[in-house]
Amino acid sequence: MKVGLQYLGLGFLVAALQPAFAQSGNLHMPKTVQAGSAFSIESTGSGKAVLYIVGPVQALRRDVQLGEPTSFPPGTIYNAGHYLAILTGPSSTEQSEFDVVPENKPAALSFLARPSRISVSLHNGITGAVYVFDAYQNLITAPMPVSFQLSGTASAPQTRTVNTRDGAAWTQMDSASKEGAAKFVAQASDVSSSRIIQQVPGDPCGLRMTARPAGEKIELQTDPVRDCSGNAVPDGTIVTFTENYNGTQSTVDVPLKRGIAKVEMPAHDGARISAATGVVLGNEVRWGKQ
Amino acid sequence: MTRALFIICSFLLVTSGFAADQSAVRVEPTNLQGPRVLEKQTETAVVRDYLEAWKSFDTALDQNRATLLDADFVGTAKDKLVNTIQQQSKIGIHTRYVDRSHDIRIVFYSPEGLSVQLVDQVEYDMQVFDHDKPLATQRVRARYVSVLTPSEVRWRVRVLQAVPE
Repeated sequence: MKVGLQYLGLGFLVAALQPAFAQSGNLHMPKTVQAGSAFSIESTGSGKAVLYIVGPVQALRRDVQLGEPTSFPPGTIYNAGHYLAILTGPSSTEQSEFDVVPENKPAALSFLARPSRISVSLHNGITGAVYVFDAYQNLITAPMPVSFQLSGTASAPQTRTVNTRDGAAWTQMDSASKEGAAKFVAQASDVSSSRIIQQVPGDPCGLRMTARPAGEKIELQTDPVRDCSGNAVPDGTIVTFTENYNGTQSTVDVPLKRGIAKVEMPAHDGARISAATGVVLGNEVRWGKQ
Repeated sequence: MTRALFIICSFLLVTSGFAADQSAVRVEPTNLQGPRVLEKQTETAVVRDYLEAWKSFDTALDQNRATLLDADFVGTAKDKLVNTIQQQSKIGIHTRYVDRSHDIRIVFYSPEGLSVQLVDQVEYDMQVFDHDKPLATQRVRARYVSVLTPSEVRWRVRVLQAVPE
């Protein structure tokens, strides 16, 4: 009973604070109610009636006494949307429209970050989009700032602050020049959500190979293969060695192992040997006397 | 000749019946925030699936059958509509939403292509029935904000929310 009276008091208070009221005959109610907050609906007349509150996202029914306010405690109507209140009394039916609006305080973020894996040094390569929701999973459509931060181990954090439009905000960030995991955080008020973006080396930037005799063969070995930012290209990346001799060509594909590729090929006097990986062509070695 | 005439007449009947059941739809030029270009084909699919979602929403809340939402709704929007259907059934009412017109504008296509947001100035008739007895009818004009996400073969509505104009 004590709790009921508190709700009743709060209902009057909240209803009294509403800037505008909708009135339709016997119905007197706020035009706008914040999701989850207390409010009350007043009616005139006498006798018993039934009050329906119906919208696409919530529906309820209350037996009411005409002439007395009907209080709705906090948490009764919590889904944002457009509602119709219908009061069916003994002799007539009244109806009035009102809106339930989201709370202003964010409680959850839906954060879409892409990609999860990206090459280093890509301008605007990382994107993040956020939808901001209140505690009742209503999209908060009033503009509010969302801050995005991308921080990694080797570079200074990038920060952007964007205002939401109709509940959505987005940004773009550059990937760092050094490989490694980056933490991508979106924050609205005191609610945040984070994603990990793996930054991996880019394509090989240059390729250099050396050759030395190994019995009747030539031992070919690349220098450590790196991208244009100096990051080691991942092991497993294929380097193709090509030997041209006397009109014939032979090729060998070798995966990088510990950053280098190594292979033995037949030692023919006058052979021309080259190496390539991706779109990068390395130096050419001419073997022997010719 | 007779057969050809019959086919034409049948076609006209079907199309006229279809047209009578349709709401007026206007799609505004997109005013996108975001770097991703919205292809015409995608825009058409989004609008088509959104309007179909309204149809299934109308029917589901009229018949209090939550399963009718499965094809077009997902996530929060579906949960809330299912909840409404349960509440309507419990208190013995059903609601008929007859959408009269839609004025749709796509406002956001998220950079990774996993969500589209649109706003819709929609006009509909809302009829509330206590069992089969009409309780109230109201012409509503409201601004709806909706978020759709792609599923296997179509866009599904994840957020459907009226906001005050």
